Amino acid sequence: MYRRSFKDTKSSLGSPNPNFSKPMVALRFLRALSLVRCSGPGARSPSYRARGIRRAAYACMAASAGPRRAWSRALLRKIRRRPGRGLRRPRAVIRRRRPVGGGDPLEVALRRLVPGGGCMEYCRLLEEAADYVKCLAMQVRLMQTIVDSASHVNSID
Amino acid sequence: MSGRRSRISEEEINELISKLQILLPDNYHHRHRGSSRASAATLLKETCNYIKSLHKEVSELSGQLSELMAATDFNGAQAEVLQSIFRS
Repeated sequence: MYRRSFKDTKSSLGSPNPNFSKPMVALRFLRALSLVRCSGPGARSPSYRARGIRRAAYACMAASAGPRRAWSRALLRKIRRRPGRGLRRPRAVIRRRRPVGGGDPLEVALRRLVPGGGCMEYCRLLEEAADYVKCLAMQVRLMQTIVDSASHVNSID
Repeated sequence: MSGRRSRISEEEINELISKLQILLPDNYHHRHRGSSRASAATLLKETCNYIKSLHKEVSELSGQLSELMAATDFNGAQAEVLQSIFRS
C-alpha cells in the first residue's frame, strides 16, 4: 500500500470528480430504476423492490464517484459480493487488513459508518468521510427530486 | 498503536475537521452560534449522526419510490422527472 503524503490529501479533497454531477448520477440511477419490474410475471413484493432500489442507489452513487475513493470501492465490493453467486476465486490481493486499534469510541463509530473505513489512517478517514457525506447528501436530494416529481405526475392524472 | 497520530500533526487534522464542519447542514450548528469552530469530538459525533440520518433517508425514499413505481407508469413519467432534475 502506498502512503499518501498530506499534500496529496489536501489537493484531492478539493478536486471534484467530473463524473459526479447530479445529472450524471440521475441518468445512471434512472436507468437502474427502469430495470426494476413492477407488475406482471417476475414482479416482487414492494419491500423486495425497495431493497433493490436502495442497493441500486448506493451502487450508482459509488459507481459515479469512481474508483479513486476508498469508500466507493468498498461499497461496490460489498454490493457485488452477493451470496450464492458462483464460486469464489481465490485472489492474490494484498490488502491492508490490520484493524486499527480503537481508542476513541467516536472514531470507531465513524469507521463503521464510512464504507471501507476500518483500516485507514485517521487523516484518510476524515477525508473519505467528507467525500462520502457530500455524495450521500446529493444522492438523497436526487431521490427526493424524483419522488416529488413522480408523485406530482401521479396526482395530475 | 500509540505512536500512530504523532506522524500526522494536530494542525493537519484540525484542517480536515473544519472542512468536515462546512459539509454539515445548518441544523447541526445550532449549538455553536457563538463559536466559529466546534470541538473535534462534537464534530465527529455530529458527522456520525448526520451519516446515520442520511442512511435512514435513503431507505425511506427507496420505499416511497418502490410504491410510486407500482402506482404510476414510471417510464412515461421519465421525461418529466428528468426535466425537474435538470431544473433543480
